Amino acid sequence: MAVTAERGSASTVRRTSAFLFRHPRTKLSLSLGAPLAWFIVVYLGSLAVLFATAFWHLDVFTTEIVRGFTLDNFQELLENDVYRTITLRTMGIALAVTVTDIVLSFPLAYYAARLATPRMRNLLLIAVVLPLWANYLVRVFAWKTILTPSGFLNWLVELTGAGSLQLGRSNWSVWLTFVYLWLPFTLLPIYAALERIPGSFLEASNDLGAKGWTTFRSVVFPLILPGIVAGSIFSFSLTLGDYIAPELVGNTQFIGNVIYDNVGIAGNIPFAAAYAMVPVAIMAIYLLLAKRAGAFEAL
Amino acid sequence: MRKARKWFAVLSVLAVVAAACGDDGGDGGGGDGGEPATTYSEIGEGEGALELIAWHGYTEDGTTEGYEDFDWVTPFEDDTGCQVNVTYADTSDEMVTLMRQGGGSVYDGLSASGNASNRLIAGGDVGAIDPALFPEFDNVIAPLDPEDGTNNAHYVVDGVVYGTPYMYGPNFLMYNTEVVTPAPTSWDITFEPTLNGEANPYAGSITAYDDPVYIADAAMYLKTTNPDLGITDPYELTQEQFDASVDLLKQQHAELTGASWSLWTDEVDGFVDGSMVVGTAWPVNFSYAELDAPVDAVEPVEGMTGWADTWMISANAPHPNCMLQWMDWTMQADVQAEVGVYYGAAGSNVNSCDEIRSFLNEAYPGEGFDALVDTLRYSFCGDAEFLNSLYLWKTPSVECGDDRGNVCIDYSEWAQAWTEIRGS
Amino acid sequence: MESKLARILIKGGTVLTLAFLYVPLAIVVLYAFNDSVAQAWPISDYTLKWFGIAWRSAEVREALSNSLTVASIATLAALLLGSAAAFAVHRFSFFGRNSVSFLLVLPIALPGIVTAIALNSTINVLGVPFGVLTIVIGHATFCIVVVYNNVIARLRRTPTSLVEASMDLGADGWQTFRYVTFPSIRTAVIAGALLAFALSFDEIVVTNFTAGSTLTIPKFIYNNLRLPRNRPVVNVVAIAVLILMLIPVYIAQRMAGRPDATAAASKAQAAQAPGL
Repeated sequence: MAVTAERGSASTVRRTSAFLFRHPRTKLSLSLGAPLAWFIVVYLGSLAVLFATAFWHLDVFTTEIVRGFTLDNFQELLENDVYRTITLRTMGIALAVTVTDIVLSFPLAYYAARLATPRMRNLLLIAVVLPLWANYLVRVFAWKTILTPSGFLNWLVELTGAGSLQLGRSNWSVWLTFVYLWLPFTLLPIYAALERIPGSFLEASNDLGAKGWTTFRSVVFPLILPGIVAGSIFSFSLTLGDYIAPELVGNTQFIGNVIYDNVGIAGNIPFAAAYAMVPVAIMAIYLLLAKRAGAFEAL
Repeated sequence: MRKARKWFAVLSVLAVVAAACGDDGGDGGGGDGGEPATTYSEIGEGEGALELIAWHGYTEDGTTEGYEDFDWVTPFEDDTGCQVNVTYADTSDEMVTLMRQGGGSVYDGLSASGNASNRLIAGGDVGAIDPALFPEFDNVIAPLDPEDGTNNAHYVVDGVVYGTPYMYGPNFLMYNTEVVTPAPTSWDITFEPTLNGEANPYAGSITAYDDPVYIADAAMYLKTTNPDLGITDPYELTQEQFDASVDLLKQQHAELTGASWSLWTDEVDGFVDGSMVVGTAWPVNFSYAELDAPVDAVEPVEGMTGWADTWMISANAPHPNCMLQWMDWTMQADVQAEVGVYYGAAGSNVNSCDEIRSFLNEAYPGEGFDALVDTLRYSFCGDAEFLNSLYLWKTPSVECGDDRGNVCIDYSEWAQAWTEIRGS
Repeated sequence: MESKLARILIKGGTVLTLAFLYVPLAIVVLYAFNDSVAQAWPISDYTLKWFGIAWRSAEVREALSNSLTVASIATLAALLLGSAAAFAVHRFSFFGRNSVSFLLVLPIALPGIVTAIALNSTINVLGVPFGVLTIVIGHATFCIVVVYNNVIARLRRTPTSLVEASMDLGADGWQTFRYVTFPSIRTAVIAGALLAFALSFDEIVVTNFTAGSTLTIPKFIYNNLRLPRNRPVVNVVAIAVLILMLIPVYIAQRMAGRPDATAAASKAQAAQAPGL
């Protein structure tokens, strides 16, 4: 405190910072106030309104939205099989994409984390992140071009003489496109998790007589599981809600398409909102499970 | 769990608050049936800018690679000082979503197709206009005439005029001449799993338009093939008629359709790479596809659906005078002729057909191309009987529009049925 | 430690994954030189004309200018608010602390279309004019999350004893922040800012619903990719952005060169989502 007093006419900066230090609650409310206010008003408020809208309904006679409480939308969702089919299809593809991405990520992540020189590691990480800067739409369209019967993939397959692979617009195309789009997001947390494993663990495992696969199964995998789950959150949730890629490279409907289709001319926002609650609920469960697996610390 | 419960508590409070006050803005203003939100009865000074929503090809300004000669926007900008900014949309759904932003105060107007126009009118998103403002209404082809037209229900409601007619065209049957022989004459090639006692040879390469309004095409087909259903207007369907149409489409989707198109370029690509050989198409798809593939178009015996697009002005247009000037500009015969040549549709201004004829004669002297104007390729320009035969897109609503009353199926159910057809 | 076979497999897998990542990009590059507008493979004629057209296009300039503006403002807002939130959650224990950290994952975990529709409705109700402001609001929501994740990950690895030591030595709050705290989180902040910028620059789903008629680069691409005649121009624009971004990405990666910094940065990178 002597130092402060000697500074004589303490500048306002010093006085403010001293005040804030002694009054942590003010500091807290000041620093948290702005972001929280922003968040609550803009984001949560919008979500709350959407949530409320799901319980309203569209009056077909006036084409206006009636603000009366009703469960009609949810009833329709449960009764009509097609929504279940679409939900399961979307979840299935999301899962397939996640698993594929994890498998594809692993070699590169392991190499960068444990086998590469620091310079190589930097280059690899840049190489993984860089495609993200090529616009999302451009990458989807690149795959659209690759997958047409007259595109690159078919050309490549025919070149090897193995017949032809005309994926065109199909669920396979959607799966491939999503795998490509979300690969970097799955890779980076796995890399981070692998990198954090102290080399001594692996040496100890080796000393105790475990061979490669056993070490992986008993030591490495449990340690990187939170990282894998963290990466999977993004590939799963991004696939679950996407409507642009299925529209461009697919020939069937996903959750996002259904929501989008009900918003335009139909103006059936209540129904769209009700169906929107489905991916929200799925993600809420997924996030809770991920939290249990420790993924939030690995984020 | 305590934290989760606290969080749910917060959210529920917010939800109740939200439910108690404020609306969610998704329904636009007005819309209590009959009363237009705004009526525009005079054109004043231009505001210097114009925000439009349009279909691709409707607002060429000379920047399209290879087609720099087609430009009817720059002369308008020079004439009126209104700088045009266009946002393109590929589906009517997109157009409506864009149009409704900011309560209609972001865009001045759009080239509305029938499957969206009635919705916009009912929702009070577009304003009415006084036809006297536009002298060219005198030259509008008879079926689209605002006063006694027989095919104007998509832009004239209860005698009130909601826009200026622009281009119209059919959804004809396009086919690959090398693969599909003999040339088809009926829609049965796209709807029937068996043709002449044998399995449909084109199953898997048939295409359909990926939009709920396509249900009307199925209804139109059933009008001829299943007269017991009593379908008169394919957009005004009772529950029974609607269910029959939906069933036909579910069967088509399951057994016949390869890939459907909502992006018009998808159909062009499909015909060019051979994955599609027959199906419903727009004139512009035909014009592009025939550059790279052996295609032709026919008018099937059951008839065709079609669309007549109208420039409509927003009820809260930020630049209303520029929009009204644009609407007048696009009613001119020479503008519509230029669009017709570029896009392949027919202009609603009957004088535009002669302009197209002279243009074709000048551009291709001695080839007799002017005769094409009277064919399907240019939508039989100027032929009122043809236009009357088209089942123009309309937005289905519960009002059957005749003595059946309010028992027809609303578009929101068409959209949900479409999800069932496509999603299963 | 790893067996020879394992090493070979890992190296092979790495090469395959890299090829998988870059072949499509190579195709994008090649198609930018494609003379014909048809998108068949292999390409028959090559040309440079699309580069000239893209360069001269007023639309491209407008889109680029809008995108840069929006991304800068959104990143700035995200930096201030995201860092503030990270500090608050890290330093203080308060009612609802876990909820806050849970809530701050939401914008990325929820499907983009849900956020888009929700924000669109709210903006309509509040009567806010659509434009750069509304786009920024939509982007800032998840940009804040990215910065928050980055900074808090680093803060968790920075011992608080440093701050206490600084105070003991007589520094006030501001000096401590300037000389002790900030340098230790600087690279995380930069990485977060870079990723927030990337997110905003690439965003299309929410932007479609909040932009009105304002043109951004993703909207320009969305409009033009669907037109066969304009696709090559889009490819040119995409490549230009990619090359431009090589430098900042490289610098950021170098700055985050320390092992634990790299890990924090990658955790943060994992928190981004362009297709949001």
